[in-house]
Amino acid sequence: METRTIIPLTRIHQPLKLELDLESDLVTDCRSSGTMFRGFELMLEGRDPRDAAYLTQRICGICSTAHGMVAALAVEDACKVEITRNAALMRNLIYGADVLQNHLRHFYVLALPDYITSPKTPPFEPQSSYDKRFTKAENDKLVESLWQAIETSRLAHQMLAIYGGKAPHQHGIVPGGTSMAPDADRSNRFRGLLKIVLEFVNEHLLPDVELLATKYNDYFKLGRGPGNFLSYGMFPQKGSLNPKYPAGAYLDGKLSDLDISLVSEDISHSWFNGPSVQEKPAEALALPDKQKPGGYTWLKAPRYDNQVMEMGPLGRMWLSGEYRNGTSAMDRLVTRTLEAKKVAQWMLEWLDELVPGQPTFTPFDIPDSGSGIGLTEAMRGSLGHWVKIENHKIAHYQIITPTAWLFSPKDKAGRRGAVDHSVVGTRVGDKENFSEVGRIVRSFDPCFSCSGHLIRPQGDIEEFRIC
Amino acid sequence: MLTRREFISLCAKTTMAVSLSEVLLADLDKAITAKEIKKPTIIWLELGSCTGNTISLDNTASPSVKELFSKVIDLRFHWIFMNVEGSNATNVMRQTAKEKAGEFILVIEGSVVLADGGTWDNIAYENGKLVTGVSVLKDLASQAKQVIAIGSCAAFGGPSAAHPNPSKSVGVQDVLDRQVINTPGCPCHPDWFLGTLYHLINYGLPELDTYNRPKLFYGRLLHDQCQRRTYFEKGIFAQNLGDPWCMFTIGCRGPRTYADCPNREWNGTDNWPVGCNTPCIGCVEPGFPDVSMPFFQRYPDLKLPGFTANLDKAALAAGIVTLGGLGAHLGASLATRRLRKNLTETSLPLTPPGPHTEAQLEGIRTETVPEGAPTQAKVVRTEPAPALLQVRRPRKARRTLHKQ
Repeated sequence: METRTIIPLTRIHQPLKLELDLESDLVTDCRSSGTMFRGFELMLEGRDPRDAAYLTQRICGICSTAHGMVAALAVEDACKVEITRNAALMRNLIYGADVLQNHLRHFYVLALPDYITSPKTPPFEPQSSYDKRFTKAENDKLVESLWQAIETSRLAHQMLAIYGGKAPHQHGIVPGGTSMAPDADRSNRFRGLLKIVLEFVNEHLLPDVELLATKYNDYFKLGRGPGNFLSYGMFPQKGSLNPKYPAGAYLDGKLSDLDISLVSEDISHSWFNGPSVQEKPAEALALPDKQKPGGYTWLKAPRYDNQVMEMGPLGRMWLSGEYRNGTSAMDRLVTRTLEAKKVAQWMLEWLDELVPGQPTFTPFDIPDSGSGIGLTEAMRGSLGHWVKIENHKIAHYQIITPTAWLFSPKDKAGRRGAVDHSVVGTRVGDKENFSEVGRIVRSFDPCFSCSGHLIRPQGDIEEFRIC
Repeated sequence: MLTRREFISLCAKTTMAVSLSEVLLADLDKAITAKEIKKPTIIWLELGSCTGNTISLDNTASPSVKELFSKVIDLRFHWIFMNVEGSNATNVMRQTAKEKAGEFILVIEGSVVLADGGTWDNIAYENGKLVTGVSVLKDLASQAKQVIAIGSCAAFGGPSAAHPNPSKSVGVQDVLDRQVINTPGCPCHPDWFLGTLYHLINYGLPELDTYNRPKLFYGRLLHDQCQRRTYFEKGIFAQNLGDPWCMFTIGCRGPRTYADCPNREWNGTDNWPVGCNTPCIGCVEPGFPDVSMPFFQRYPDLKLPGFTANLDKAALAAGIVTLGGLGAHLGASLATRRLRKNLTETSLPLTPPGPHTEAQLEGIRTETVPEGAPTQAKVVRTEPAPALLQVRRPRKARRTLHKQ
């Protein structure tokens, strides 16, 4: 048996370290590890609760809007604020634009280079020639799509900035609603850009992923996940419908409603020490300890009813019943692109439903004390913020990110996280560059800016987890 | 080729979206083809970061990312774009640093993490050992021709170093014994970075301010360029997020922020944070975010040179205030760093106010004008104030403000 260490795994936001145990060409164990930690949890302590919607976005540059959205939801929950329906639609539009940006960049910039021959210039050189199956014509078309995708994702961010002020780290979503009320001029510009993005999705993204899925159909068998799925629900529409994407859990083949009290975290193999190995998010007391024996990552191991869960576009579409083909690496890529189309179409509907001139911001007072939970689906999976307010200030804040769920280390029962689970059992044909492993890992759309987390107790709990 | 003077004037007068594509890029392309200048080799290293600056650079309109990679820069190492993994990737970085020693530009994104000897941010695996970000930074910086810190984390520690700074993050210039060019922002606007780079390639080091930021983009007070400055002068202030007035009273940091957002605007739109009816949070300034927080609360009491004033009370007592003079004060004291110190001392973290009582409000209303502060009597007005002003100015507005 040999052990190989890969760091940095490239084309991922922030470094990921992989330790692979190999028996000949078979991966017998995989330990993924987040190696950078900033500790946003502690930073929130003592601050104005409204600031969370801006500060938490700084956790992650590619899914910043998701953090802004969830922080606003958590603070509103704690302050008992009802936002207007117009505000909910505006938020969905702002957030939807970021989702489109993310899905395009992920598929083309981060995932696709594993399968194509990239332009032979830096920063794409050097590159591996292992297992590239496209003909020259197909490859040229995909490279052209890649450049266009970067341009189109820029337009998605332009769309976001029309109502969000700027991107990344937008200003538009604030506790109480959104800061800009819709007007006809902006909505028209928004719609124009959205149609360009939707056209790209239809004309390039979907055909490209179909081509990929045809040429690499063996990846429908590789990188299978644990088979349990979780979703917190996405795109709430207060005042009328339920979330566009339903919340729920799919556990051992059974579909059930989401019970947020079943979420816990295990720190057996994380660089954290606390009174208990397994903690509920709102009561966690662990502190960072880089020297902890047996620890190998900054990520904790979130579990739902003690089970390992997968999430993301595949999880959402699995739970909504739209896609039940499989749980492989290719299924993840396919559902991400299908979701891009769905979201863009929903956004067109929301634009029609907006009422120009109607208020989108509800003023409110910060209560002396209170607590709230904000939940949504981020681009790559379930994101939750837990906030507790005392003396008008944040007394405790915690975040559990999708990356923590997906890349979690082993828990005390020895269960691997979803990514490690899906890599184990893979046969590695390319020991030079570990292409198979890279393809599987990147199908999860990892984001390691979002990985570190930090908790602190002392009577009242202070805690925060990085997206 | 453009002269330096022409380039600077372009940057000041227009947004780069127009200028770079139509003038500069063609210009640069010609010069590179004619071998007058070389495509600069760049190593882009990410430390304690959110990757937001890379995403922001991805949002560049002109040059597009394709033009940027193929015509403008020779980006040898950036792990978001590279194909190969692990040591195959980091070897490229080491190799480039060796081959192009003294020639390459090192771009750093993210803070330098120092906790536990830097091991809270391991970025490579060499000779059987994990290597910290700070050690790679020091190695590469010693061989680089220029070091650019992109984003506020790299420049000053930024959000990664927010109180209590668990990871002991600092800015790049705090650990290096050499010149660092800072292009802060959260994130850095693509024009700020590319314009700085363009200047560096063609004309050498741009003129820098006290904090090593190119004056080209960070040379003017945001407050002086703001579209809503007139509202400020007239005392028409926002009561809530979402109001289309001056954001000063609900936390705008424009009066102490040096950036050109009001003119440059973001993402190819006509929008920016104040345009979006929210306060500027001063993200390009040292000490961000702590010196800007709470984001939605007015300045804390400032100890300004000459007198101590609570801006809120000064504004209230003066009625229609010309705070322009105060803005100038702020500018002057920023240069001397006095204000910075005062702000840092007084702004972190503050208790958000509960609703004011009637008695408190009465106290504020009867407050006398601090000595030296501008008064209403000094305002020269040739026409009667429009009706809007009279509605916005009085007590009711103030009361709601204090509920913020």
